[in-house]
Amino acid sequence: MLPQSWLQIALTLLAVVTLSIPTGRYLATITMDRKSWVDPLFNPIDNAIYRLIGRATATQPMNWKTYTFHMLATNLLMAGIIYLILVLQDHLPLNPLNFAGMEPLLAFNTTVSFITNTDWQNYGGETTLSNFSQMAAITFPMFTSATTGFVVAMAFIRAFVAKDGGANLGNFYRDLIRFTTRVLLPISLLIAAFMIWQGSPQTLAASITAHPVQGGTQTIATGPVAALETIKHLGTNGGGFFNANSAHPFENPTPLTNLVLTILMALLPAAIVICFGEMIGNRRQAWVLYGVMGCMLLLFLPITVVSEQAGTPSLVHAGVALQATPDQPGGNMEGKEQRFGIAASSLFAIVTTSFTTGSVDSMHDSFTPFGALPMLMGMMLQCVFGGKGVGFLAALVYGLIAVFVAGLMVGRTPEFLGKRIEKPEIILVSLALLIHPLVILAPSSWSIAMPYGISALGNGGPHGYSEVLYAFTSSAANNGSAFAGFNGNTPWYNLAIGIVILIGRYPPIIFLMAVAGSLAAKQTVAASVGTLRTDTVQFGIFWLAMILVVGALTFFPALVLGPVADFAAMRRGMTF
Amino acid sequence: MTSDNTRPDPPAAPRRPHAAAYQIGGFGLLHQALASSLLKFDPRVQARNPVMFVVWLGALITAALTVDPALFGPTSASRIYDGSVTIILLLTVWFANVAEALAEGRGKAKANALRQTRTELVGRRIAESGAAEIVPATMLRKGDIVRVERTEAIPTDGEVLDGIAYVDESAITGESAPVLKEPGSDVSSTVTAGTVVVSDCLLIRATANPGESFLDRMIRLVEGAQRQKTPNEIALTVLLSVLTLIFVIAVAAMAPVAIYLDARINVADLIALLVALIPTTIGALLSAIGIAGIDRTMRFNVLAMSGKAVEAAGDVQTLILDKTGTITMGNRRATRFIPLPGFVEGDVARAAWLASYFDTTPEGRSVVAFAEQSGGRGDLAPGEAKGLDFSAETRMSGTDLPDGRVIRKGAVDAIVHHVMARFGTPEPRELRIAADSVATQGATPLGVSRDGAIVGVVVLSDVLKPGIRERIVRLRTMGIRTVMVTGDNPVTAAAIAAEAGLDDFVAEAKPEEKLQLIVREQSQGHLVAMTGDGTNDAPALAQADVGVAMHSGTNAAKEAANLIDLDSDPTKLLDLVSIGKRILMTRGALTTFSIANDVAKYFAIIPAMFIAALPGLSGLNVMRLATPQSAVLSALIFNAMIIPALIPLALHGVRFKPAGAEATFYRNLVVYGAGGLMAPFLGIKLIDLILSVPL
Repeated sequence: MLPQSWLQIALTLLAVVTLSIPTGRYLATITMDRKSWVDPLFNPIDNAIYRLIGRATATQPMNWKTYTFHMLATNLLMAGIIYLILVLQDHLPLNPLNFAGMEPLLAFNTTVSFITNTDWQNYGGETTLSNFSQMAAITFPMFTSATTGFVVAMAFIRAFVAKDGGANLGNFYRDLIRFTTRVLLPISLLIAAFMIWQGSPQTLAASITAHPVQGGTQTIATGPVAALETIKHLGTNGGGFFNANSAHPFENPTPLTNLVLTILMALLPAAIVICFGEMIGNRRQAWVLYGVMGCMLLLFLPITVVSEQAGTPSLVHAGVALQATPDQPGGNMEGKEQRFGIAASSLFAIVTTSFTTGSVDSMHDSFTPFGALPMLMGMMLQCVFGGKGVGFLAALVYGLIAVFVAGLMVGRTPEFLGKRIEKPEIILVSLALLIHPLVILAPSSWSIAMPYGISALGNGGPHGYSEVLYAFTSSAANNGSAFAGFNGNTPWYNLAIGIVILIGRYPPIIFLMAVAGSLAAKQTVAASVGTLRTDTVQFGIFWLAMILVVGALTFFPALVLGPVADFAAMRRGMTF
Repeated sequence: MTSDNTRPDPPAAPRRPHAAAYQIGGFGLLHQALASSLLKFDPRVQARNPVMFVVWLGALITAALTVDPALFGPTSASRIYDGSVTIILLLTVWFANVAEALAEGRGKAKANALRQTRTELVGRRIAESGAAEIVPATMLRKGDIVRVERTEAIPTDGEVLDGIAYVDESAITGESAPVLKEPGSDVSSTVTAGTVVVSDCLLIRATANPGESFLDRMIRLVEGAQRQKTPNEIALTVLLSVLTLIFVIAVAAMAPVAIYLDARINVADLIALLVALIPTTIGALLSAIGIAGIDRTMRFNVLAMSGKAVEAAGDVQTLILDKTGTITMGNRRATRFIPLPGFVEGDVARAAWLASYFDTTPEGRSVVAFAEQSGGRGDLAPGEAKGLDFSAETRMSGTDLPDGRVIRKGAVDAIVHHVMARFGTPEPRELRIAADSVATQGATPLGVSRDGAIVGVVVLSDVLKPGIRERIVRLRTMGIRTVMVTGDNPVTAAAIAAEAGLDDFVAEAKPEEKLQLIVREQSQGHLVAMTGDGTNDAPALAQADVGVAMHSGTNAAKEAANLIDLDSDPTKLLDLVSIGKRILMTRGALTTFSIANDVAKYFAIIPAMFIAALPGLSGLNVMRLATPQSAVLSALIFNAMIIPALIPLALHGVRFKPAGAEATFYRNLVVYGAGGLMAPFLGIKLIDLILSVPL
């Protein structure tokens, strides 16, 4: 491995940390309604929208129930619209290639996938969707799904500082509007311009007919790519315009765009942690959480990078040079783009799974078994920063359990940020903890036992199991990336994955909003020497251990039978 | 000492043995526990503990496999192997049963002893006509009048109407020294069913119907407190159940994958893996920890209305303490004599002794005692002098001697007034200075005069209970604030608060102000505990998060409180805090230990399960366990044996040292977290070595 490869990774991560701090503080000014220098610019825009939907709607205080209800209702309404657009796209404008309406089960899967920030794609974008669908049914929910995740996390944090017993955890619509107009849209505009400069197309034309030198004609698909590409990463969405996702030269033209998109994926999930610290008025606490998440990232990343660089015994056998030199990347380059190489591809793969984005600039199916293992882990834990808002909430699920056990160990009813963690919270948090393994392991095992499940696999043996496991892990974590060998566009997988996505998304949010309601209703307990502080390195270590031990133990058997068995077989010269 | 001594002397009767509960222990208890541990195999009992219920169900399945190893298809597992797994699983469940039964034993014995006392009660009911009839206690109703003679047991809770007698309350409190009961006073007129009159005779009006007496309540509490799970225990049970469910999913999900991979696995191995992973250690000991905590409270002679109350004691952040009886010994005592110019200390002592000779107040007695201690016994032939007892009007006591000397002692103002009025002596300047300096130290000055001369000042101070300062310091290290409530003036209160090291005090407090203080503390987010005994303490006791009533107190106080101290020792609140903390700490420590254990068990069982189909996984066998069978059995045996090994810890609670949360957390994290991670690696390897010794 060349030193500059590590340096490249280190600098990228450093950029994420550096940018996440001011971004997080900016987020806090938005959620806490603090005066900001951007107000003169955005207030007129927001006010116009408030007038449109009625000022009362956007200002009424909401408790956890009304907040959650409006969030669910809005999501349902948007999902209905998206579904209709997909099914009826042949009757809608901007369909220059005359694509037919989407088949209902696939449209269900796609709708559910995009409304939930998952962006699992059982379709190939350039061969299935009209430009109107790409914009209205794909790019549009990329904004709203990211916002949905973000605003519920903010409502949750408000519970810790609520003074009114939780009668006001914010207004869903106001939060939705402000986060969209003040965060997502401005950054998207900026980065989209950059993407266009770097070579991403942004056009309503559907394709270009090229006449290559070797003769004949070639149809090159194009469309409003740059806009989609930007929010795809900024909103930790991940659904590509093209089937090849961010490996496609229009989606991710240059190493520079690759770098920017990598940072863009990580920016907001990391910033939310900073924002949390600002909102609760305890930056130390935020940095402890940041450290917990960062440690996991730093633990997983090298495993993939080193495994990919080390290659496989078959490559050695074939006489491939695995050592990186300034002229060639070495290692396992199968499924990776030459313009990105081992380090950038591995970093992108880990970031996209840890921050549960789901876009890919290399084919995860082709990674070595141990290269893929950390990707699965990232999605199984879903709190290595995790997706927008929901990653933060997932970390808090483990955090509240850690607080509960640690609090007991010091002989006090546990408290977190002055709120006592008692029976109702632990019951709700336990249920939230249960859902993730349930919707990953149960359907994976069911699929692997059924002929209609196995038929979709591109490979056999442990690698085949890894493909199914990856599919359901990615869906449950609302990630959306896939082991490319796997064909998900079958009735069973369209339905099963769609349902897993829904269960993986909404029930945990509802449970956690209920926790927020319960916490907000409690009086804040004054801290004393007898209170276990949660903003210390000690507690951070315990938090981390809780995530790793509980999270990893849950999925250990599955990982052993998938990637670990795959690895063991690979060492013995067997491939699948 | 001549006072109106109509009170009976405490009888020197032979001490009755303590309540039976305190006698049962050792072998009898163990025997009983073993018997009841077998009854607990009942599935209806097991179902209450989801973690152990899964083990119990697992044992059923492996038992079926022992009968027919091919029940779920062809297998490589032998009948002996399946049988061994079954036996270990049954042992695991049994160990959990034993832990619970051991914890319950003492409480059961206590409840039985109390019930025995209750069934034997009869009362002599006095009809309006004055006729007496003997009826069983169950026929007595509220308002009935009963007479209880010497050596008889009091049949009902009641109020003393007439008579003064010593009552042996050991059946209830375990305290053998008899207590004086007399009519009229708020506190000492209350009697409890089941206690025994040991001198004289009492006329009592029943204040409880059958089934409502304190004895009935106590029986219910001793039994009921064990059955009810506290909210904290329920929360932990839910968490452990969900973890168990997650492992059920994780293990069950392996089966189809194994079939897909053509890796034949034994059902017994799957069950062994599941049982090893689910938190059986804490699951087995959880209920024992809670019961043992209640039992510890009971052995401390404190009756808990619920387990929740005991746990809440561990959470307390503010303790509201009465000055008198909790922080100080009670009444003020003479601690110093200050002579005025022209006199020496001995003069003051002698004069004070003479002046206090007829003073029957506790302060007066303490002056006599202190004077005698400092060699100042006066010269007085009994019967010659004329005594003047202390009264609220004169605020003086004194003695007129046959030789004409007039000795007085009392409030400084009263003495000044006395010498001025009777002898025309003006107030000496030095008196005011001495008195003021005494007052600023929180003590009370009394003037002493002989004829027209003011001899000096007697200093009356509150004497701190021994060890109270150390206790307050310990509380502070645990993060608990102490607030003293006293009727004293602010100067005195401040001095005592400073001497005892208290955090805060409320001076010149009326009893109602306790309630306001509690509400104020609670509104600042503190959890408050207090002790009380009077009827006017009842609202505050009810408002406090932890209210401890003294058993000697009124029924109103006892009903409002959630803990009742049978010894009526207010300082016990401090011990209750540590009992409450230890229950929670033990739960947390064993949960951490249990979860940390899983890591090693995975590395023992997973490679063993797939040794044939996926030989590449043998790299995970980091402990180098001999054979797949011994690996699985070793993990399971370790899993089972750790339960009896930790029963003593569960029953006694983890070591508790008053310290800040950070230090405690760090210590327990190292011992139970890191220890829990390492212990099974060593234990499983050791058991594997033993199992692989050729027989």
